[in-house]
Amino acid sequence: MMEFEPKILAFNCNWCSYAAADLAGTSRMQYPADLRIIRVMCSGMVHPDLVMEAFSRGADGVMVMG
Amino acid sequence: MTLSEIESVTGEQGNFTVTVRRRPRYVDPDKCIACGECARKCPKKTADEYNQGISRRKAIYVQYPQAVPLKYQIDPATCIKLTRGKCGACEKICPAGAIRFDDTETRVTVRVGSLVLAPGFQSFDPSGIRTWGYGMLPNVVTAMELERYLSASGPTEGHLVRPSDGREVKKVAFLQCVGSRDLNKCSHGYCSSVCCMYALKQATMALDHVPGLDASIFFMDMRTAGKDFERYYNRARDLGIHFHRCRVHSLEPARNDGSVYFRYITDQGKQVKDEFDLVVLSVGLEVPESARDLAKSTGMALNGDGFAAVSSFAPVASSVPGIYLCGAFSGPKDIPHSVMEASAAAAAAAQPLAEVRNSLAKTVTYPEEREVCGEPPRIGVFICHCGSNIAGVIDVKAVAEYARGLPGVVQVERSLFTCSQDTQEHFREIIREQRLNRVVVAACTPRTHEALFKETLKASGLNEYLFEMANIRNQGSWVHAGQPAAATAKARDLVRMAVAKAGLLQPLPPVTVRVNPNALVIGGGVAGLTAALGLAEQGFPVHLVERACQLGGNALHLYRTWKQEAILPFVEKLVARVKDHPLITVHVKTEVVEAEGYVGNFRSTIERSGTRTQIDHGAAVLAVGGQAHKPAEYAYGKSRQVFTALEFDKLHLVGDERIKHGKTFVFIQCVGSRNEERPYCSRVCCTHSIQAAIALKEEQPDRNVYILYRDIRTYGLREALYRQARELGVVFINYELHQKPEVQPGPHQLEVTVWDHVLHRPLAIDADVVVLATAIVPNNDADRLARIYKVPVDADGFLQEAHAKLRPVDFASDGLFLAGLAHYPKPIEETITQAQAATARAVTVLARRRISLDAIKAVVDPERCDGCALCLDVCPYHAISLEQVEAGSERRRVRVNAAKCKGCGVCQATCPKDGVSVGGFTLRQLSAQVKAALAC
Repeated sequence: MMEFEPKILAFNCNWCSYAAADLAGTSRMQYPADLRIIRVMCSGMVHPDLVMEAFSRGADGVMVMG
Repeated sequence: MTLSEIESVTGEQGNFTVTVRRRPRYVDPDKCIACGECARKCPKKTADEYNQGISRRKAIYVQYPQAVPLKYQIDPATCIKLTRGKCGACEKICPAGAIRFDDTETRVTVRVGSLVLAPGFQSFDPSGIRTWGYGMLPNVVTAMELERYLSASGPTEGHLVRPSDGREVKKVAFLQCVGSRDLNKCSHGYCSSVCCMYALKQATMALDHVPGLDASIFFMDMRTAGKDFERYYNRARDLGIHFHRCRVHSLEPARNDGSVYFRYITDQGKQVKDEFDLVVLSVGLEVPESARDLAKSTGMALNGDGFAAVSSFAPVASSVPGIYLCGAFSGPKDIPHSVMEASAAAAAAAQPLAEVRNSLAKTVTYPEEREVCGEPPRIGVFICHCGSNIAGVIDVKAVAEYARGLPGVVQVERSLFTCSQDTQEHFREIIREQRLNRVVVAACTPRTHEALFKETLKASGLNEYLFEMANIRNQGSWVHAGQPAAATAKARDLVRMAVAKAGLLQPLPPVTVRVNPNALVIGGGVAGLTAALGLAEQGFPVHLVERACQLGGNALHLYRTWKQEAILPFVEKLVARVKDHPLITVHVKTEVVEAEGYVGNFRSTIERSGTRTQIDHGAAVLAVGGQAHKPAEYAYGKSRQVFTALEFDKLHLVGDERIKHGKTFVFIQCVGSRNEERPYCSRVCCTHSIQAAIALKEEQPDRNVYILYRDIRTYGLREALYRQARELGVVFINYELHQKPEVQPGPHQLEVTVWDHVLHRPLAIDADVVVLATAIVPNNDADRLARIYKVPVDADGFLQEAHAKLRPVDFASDGLFLAGLAHYPKPIEETITQAQAATARAVTVLARRRISLDAIKAVVDPERCDGCALCLDVCPYHAISLEQVEAGSERRRVRVNAAKCKGCGVCQATCPKDGVSVGGFTLRQLSAQVKAALAC
């Protein structure tokens, strides 16, 4: 059986969680490669439609981080 | 200039020559990309100073991940190549060719008009003092060491463990005043000001890290005198942290397992022996030797404790004209105060140079922007190898091949270092040759490199916003180092997402606003006067608005600073200078009644006896002051022998009989402060009462003077006064909030009863005079003014700054600043500092004719917006208003004020009609990224 590989989409705020994702890189922290990050200027700009669209197109999880 | 020290300073104010010695870095900072390959290969390890020696670092290193500039350096004392001529592993591995073993020390001479010295402090080293056990008992650490243990990026990744055996700490004690308030062990008589707060913070954090942790703080006085600090203390108590008011004498090893024990005296006077896994020494601050040397080479005066000597009235000026200072160099202080001083020093240093402002500035010019609207997208994709940082994991060639097939892509380039100078030139050629109108760079992170690439676009005649990055290093190769196939697949996805968004990018017009160089200062107290004078001295016309009929504010009622400087002559001189200044217009008996506008362009309406006038200004300083609380306790108003501190000063000064012939005086502290109604400390009252007590004792040494207090908060160098008062025989009696003193007026004297914590029984004092150290409360005008300018006030009614630590004089709204008692109770020198800081911050606005703002702003789609105004309420910056589509029409729609908008896009997420969107992050653009992310 193939292992389940989820598709996870994240909306990261430029000022905090996007910077944190960068720092994870600088610190060489390792995590699974199933995550796709979309940079936004504030997590407050993520319209609910975008989250719904992600699910309707097959995302297994959506994270809004800010 | 990093790794640099001042060697000598010659010349005078307006014309200094400074010789700077630059030590070699052995790494070319222009070439180093901070990939860290060198440190991984370096075979030489040494103690990591940043982690307080708890962990080890390599001989080539960056001191900490947030270092600026983020460039590696070689420690010449440990590097094998530099000490023994062998190795050179870093040179072989460095993909950027940045290693320079032949780097040498250089001397740089700079000519400057003013100097600001900020050499900082060093923490007290408790080694060698046996009673504290530091260096002898492994589980006795300093607070600086604990800081690293508690840090997620520290040597234990935030796990609080015992250094001796790595076991989790279950019980911890913090000992305050190690290296502070102690003439016996270390000759530091002063209070270090910051340790009480940091101990509270560390204990609170430790509790977060170890649920159920037993944490105790052993202190003499809890000095949480800053804004919101008292609440933090209260919260720490609510969290179950134990507080013991006593100074611990000495530490002993408990058993053979590393635990530490000591004896202490409880509040009930019992001696107790207790045992701890870890003991933290809350070490104080002291002046480093290098700072003393700096003072010596510049010829400036130091005080007895080795700190720079400053006047209360010029708190950031050294004794040498033209040399200014900030931070702990002039006395121990916390971050907000240091940041305020930094801005104040900038203002003070700029003032004598105001005439030559911008005379050495250069302007960058760019070619005219190419019109790209209507063109189909011609996207260029530039993929970076970052040496082996990306290419070592990701199959960059495969990603490039893949990018070639994406819609709109006409050119794909790969380079070893996309950020290098020659690649940028190549970049510009390609953009011109291929007539590219969108650019995607797949490399590191936009947070560090977007600005650089945008410059290249501008230099190529393209609007800088026609640019998108795919983060395939920090969020790709670096975090998936062991999964090259998955990392390559992710890189393909990230490039596809960036290209999809790039195709929809539109040029964004630069947003600039004109700046009116006039300033408005509200409040004619010391804060307002200092700010007004500072702005006018720098050449900006100022309107100073004062509600009362005269200038001077609360300072007119103050007698002396804690350093014994007379306040009234200073205030009178300040008022005269303000009144005489040709650029300052003073409006007394005047109030601000209305205001509108935004940074650079405010319009305030002022009213004087019914007549309204409009003032246009580019920035405003709100300095509306505070006032003394009028108590309704301790027989105040019922007895002619009970005064507030200000009343007492006045009567003392005029030789009132009650004071002149009084034999017994009782000062009661915290009257109206630190209670349920006002859970904050008024900061100035302890110092003031002690100063008054000293004066009474010095006049007549046989007087009985009592100070009934909760914690004596003579922070910083003021501690000297507390010591002097005790030496003079002033009696200090501690009381608790639940057992407040009582004052009963009798026929001749007042009977003051207080629970004596040493005798453990009530003590009755027959007093001739009782002085109440009353709280400082916000001015009743603060709230009204806050509404007019749409700025926040805190729970206690004081004006709320943008950031408690990092932006202590700014409001969140650009162009508005605050200073003085309106912000929080503070002594006169801190008010002056804050007002000077507000001056510096306001000048950053006023000194420019136009301000360029980030072009990422909300834009309204006139076709889609139906004026439902849902976005109006959610906008955190009040940047949206509702307007009629045309005169007489019923139809309405929203309007965005670009100067106020910060591009957060909350409006965009709220709008049900897609009627408002943020440039560069529109719903369509984000949706294209979502689609592309999930396309395969």
